[in-house]
Amino acid sequence: MDLSQAYASMTGDLANTMSLLIVALAGLALVVFDAFKNRHAATPWIAGLALTAGFVFEVSRIGSAEGMAYYNMLRTGGSAAFVNALVLGSGVLSVILTAPYLKRIGHNIGEAYSMILFATVGMLVLGSANNLVTVFVGLETMSICLYILTGFIRSGPGSTESAFKYFLLGAFSTGFFLYGIALLYGATGTMDISAMRDTVADGGSIVFWAGVAMLLVGFLFKVSAAPFHMWTPDVYQGAPTTITGFMSTASKTAAFASLILILNVALPGERWSEVLAVFAVITMVLGNVIALSQSNIKRMLAYSSIAHAGYILVGLAAGSADGYSGALFYLMVYTIMNIGAFGVIALLEWDKKEGSEQTLDSLAGIGYKKPLLGWTMAVFMFSLAGFPPLGGFLGKWAVFAPAVEAGYVWLAIVGVLTSAVSAYYYLRVLVVFFMKPEDAQSGAAATNFVIPKSSAAVLIFCVVLLFLLGVTTYAIELTGSFF
Amino acid sequence: MQPDFLIKLVILLPLVGAAFNGLVGLFAPSYRKNEGLIGMVATSMVAIPFFIAVYLFVGFHGDPIIVQAFTWMQAGDLTIDFAFRIDQLSLLMTLIITGVGGLIHLYATGYMHGDDGFWRFFAYLNLFIFMMLSLVLGNNLVVLFLGWEGVGLCSYLLIGFWYKDLKNSAAANKAFIMNRIGDFAFLIAMFILFKEVGSLNFDAVLAGGPGMDQTWINWTVLLLFIGATGKSAQIPLFTWLPDAMAGPTPVSALIHAATMVTSGLYLLARLSPLVLSAPTIMAIITVVGALTAIVAATIAITQNDIKKVLAYSTVSQLGYMFLATGVGAFYVAIFHVMTHAFFKACLFLGSGSVIHSMHHVEHELAHDGHGHALDPQDMRTMGGLKKYMPATRMTFLISTLAIAGIPLLSGFFSKDEILFKAFEFGYDGHLVGWFVYGVGIITAFLTAIYMTRAYVLTFEGSPRWPHSDSIHPHESPWTMTLPLWVLAALATVGGYIGLPAVLGDVNWIHHWLAGEGGPVAEFAAHTHVSHGLEWALIAIGSLIAILGVFLGWKWYSSEGIGFDDKISARFGGLYKLWQGKYFLDEAYDKAVVRPLIGSAHHAFNPFDKYVVDGLVNAVGFFTRGSSFVLRYMQTGLVHSYAVAIVFGVVLIIYLMLF
Repeated sequence: MDLSQAYASMTGDLANTMSLLIVALAGLALVVFDAFKNRHAATPWIAGLALTAGFVFEVSRIGSAEGMAYYNMLRTGGSAAFVNALVLGSGVLSVILTAPYLKRIGHNIGEAYSMILFATVGMLVLGSANNLVTVFVGLETMSICLYILTGFIRSGPGSTESAFKYFLLGAFSTGFFLYGIALLYGATGTMDISAMRDTVADGGSIVFWAGVAMLLVGFLFKVSAAPFHMWTPDVYQGAPTTITGFMSTASKTAAFASLILILNVALPGERWSEVLAVFAVITMVLGNVIALSQSNIKRMLAYSSIAHAGYILVGLAAGSADGYSGALFYLMVYTIMNIGAFGVIALLEWDKKEGSEQTLDSLAGIGYKKPLLGWTMAVFMFSLAGFPPLGGFLGKWAVFAPAVEAGYVWLAIVGVLTSAVSAYYYLRVLVVFFMKPEDAQSGAAATNFVIPKSSAAVLIFCVVLLFLLGVTTYAIELTGSFF
Repeated sequence: MQPDFLIKLVILLPLVGAAFNGLVGLFAPSYRKNEGLIGMVATSMVAIPFFIAVYLFVGFHGDPIIVQAFTWMQAGDLTIDFAFRIDQLSLLMTLIITGVGGLIHLYATGYMHGDDGFWRFFAYLNLFIFMMLSLVLGNNLVVLFLGWEGVGLCSYLLIGFWYKDLKNSAAANKAFIMNRIGDFAFLIAMFILFKEVGSLNFDAVLAGGPGMDQTWINWTVLLLFIGATGKSAQIPLFTWLPDAMAGPTPVSALIHAATMVTSGLYLLARLSPLVLSAPTIMAIITVVGALTAIVAATIAITQNDIKKVLAYSTVSQLGYMFLATGVGAFYVAIFHVMTHAFFKACLFLGSGSVIHSMHHVEHELAHDGHGHALDPQDMRTMGGLKKYMPATRMTFLISTLAIAGIPLLSGFFSKDEILFKAFEFGYDGHLVGWFVYGVGIITAFLTAIYMTRAYVLTFEGSPRWPHSDSIHPHESPWTMTLPLWVLAALATVGGYIGLPAVLGDVNWIHHWLAGEGGPVAEFAAHTHVSHGLEWALIAIGSLIAILGVFLGWKWYSSEGIGFDDKISARFGGLYKLWQGKYFLDEAYDKAVVRPLIGSAHHAFNPFDKYVVDGLVNAVGFFTRGSSFVLRYMQTGLVHSYAVAIVFGVVLIIYLMLF
């Protein structure tokens, strides 16, 4: 290849992965900017605008054909653009919610925004990687930034402790992940995901499937599927609330997207399908059942997000085009409703006591005191529980229906039964919000605070999107067109 | 202009009127006082469709026009289009609905004057017209069913229009529930048809329906008929219609006499080829119709409430129509639907005019402090009204004579044709034909008597309300008398479109509905009645009617209401039975309502409380319990988390490799 060709190919790749460049450069710029202008009001703006620019770029690329960049290292356009847009959109909403939240809890640290940007870079790489090495690089970039984000409230004991747990266990699972990559390379002789399938003759060797198993351990850990979920409640509870919203959605989206690519492109046969079905059942049951007895609302939402990972795994276990597209659609709905729910909690966290008060009981009667938060939370809870006509309902349909078609009727039944269980703890939030008398002495209703207009706009935006996703089929047809 | 555009206009204008009056009235309370505008909007939204329907009628060439609006639903093999069908039958029904409906709308602008719910009333009334038009214009059973349920809903809303009186709400509930019983049967008939024929379009049903297994045909027709007994108030489901008189009188005229209650007959006429292939069920239909006719007529004789008399009369006349349907004379049933719409609407509106003025009397009495309670609908306190209400009296008289079957008025032709068809059916060798002919003749006699009784008690003699020397009722305004005159004129001449066959080939409605390419089938008799015999039958029918009117006039003008006692003394227990409406309400209460409530209290309630709730609570208790146990897995210690991961790794390797 001569120089001019290489140059043309490089400029083309740069143009196709513009969002990655914008976000990465903005992150670097913020590190420098923050060093000179500490806690400057422009910091969240720069981060938000960079993410928005990336989002707009990726949305414009969704319609274009899928392609490769950097010598088959990254995929561009099509489903990769959709996943990237989802990650970036989640980032935008989280930054808007984070700015007032950090100010209020008194930890307005500029690094937070550059860390969000770097984490996003990692997610973008992970979500569009076409090579196991790139997958690993993206996964680690993302994870390290998230460890830092989890622990950056250094004064609070919960935050540091959970960051350390997250780091230790994350390192532990990364070991398995890396070992899986090594085994797969040994069995196939390639790191390229799309080239791997051709090298696997007659169903794959034991080494190959052992590699797949190790790889799955890493992924299941990242999406917090049981029994690899133990870190999730501690971390989600300890992390700053809006950051929890961000990592519970964007990091799962990226990890699931990468997993879907590997399942769809690299793995032959249906050997893995039942394995995923088993983990889907364990995850749905454990997540939903343990969520019942949580009194801390962030912990409750953590178990809820474990359960939702289980629902998405149901779609993956179906192993069909409809299952994958249903999982992508579910991720979209899940992103919107979870960011909304954590956004409401971020506003309601009441920190007069030592640390921050997050028990459900402290929010008694808040629904009437703060109607905007009450009613948007009602929509998020109903959507999470899967009530029509909200997106959560259509999402569950999109992952359960392919499972039934693939013969996993029992799996869908478990899914539906456990979501019936979930209605209990989701609706309990609303019971406390609207039907319990407010606690004038110590509850959140006793404090006076103003809801920032930016946060209110995000919440209303999420509510409108959930209704649109519930009654229109545009998005579900879009994800369907990728496979 | 294009018929498909026009027919959409016909259907949609009433809906637009309903939406406009309903929404503006709901959100802008100041609009509610605008009675003139509300009435004009509502009336024109029915009158314009009437003129369009006339235009379509004049330009109709004989081939059905199918208008495809949009695909309503699609699931598997089932495709339901929102499609309309313009043919002879639906055009005729559309003309009746919009024509009579328009007149009644105009009448109601006068009748409902000053009512707080004026806007609401007209919104419901327009909605009713929309639903009724979907019922008769739909091209498949599902659109028909939509209209069928829709008119049921409007009927419910309008019977309970003065909902502050619990009695009215109860009547509305009764009507709705009884209709639902019939609708259930109708639904099952649709399921059978879809299962056996694979489509619910009329063309497909009529082509494939008669080819079904005979058992299926019988069940389908029987279930359709049961559906019709609910909507069209036949034995055993007729008891709701008299109670439905709780609604405002224009509603009784429009919904419970002229249009909605005839939709069961429309349904059977529309599916007439299918009905004809179930002769057993036809016998049931005609017998049920005949029994309903005579049962309702005997009850009507004993009623003192003017609207109740008309209500039972309606049930009786509907019975007549089913009698005709059951002997295969579908077009005659529709003919009678039309003439009945004219004279019965006129009678109801006339009674409304009377009630309107008696309200005035009641008001005056209260105003003058006489303190007399007066039921404005009770004929016992009326009498002599012809002096005060000449227009109402004249139109009421014409319609009374028409319904009694006095020769050359409209009712004579349609009723005579029904009796003739029944006779012919018997002549052709069906025993049931003789039976229903006999019942029909007796009913005709009774009809003449009770209608003359109602007329005489109301308009003839001397006034019977208190202080009748000083308090005088007034004639109603022109908005109310104009429709009366138009309807009376139609009741006079409406019969000439169905002249008897003995005069030659001059029966227009027969040609129109059941002629070459017409939508309605008919029973083909093998042996025909001779001309001489037919003249004799006409003579018998005429004599019976004249005799009934003559006797009724003689008895009730000389002895007044007191003559009822003579009948009572003469018939004894039988009269008690009539007066008690055959005690059907009591029987239903004992046989159905009480056992249901009883079992709900004593069997289902404990079952629900202990078994169902117990199971549910047990599941909830178990789930919560396991939650409390399982959460101890979360120790908070990193090394135990790592153990869980190792456990997961072992599990995944086991599943993947073995």
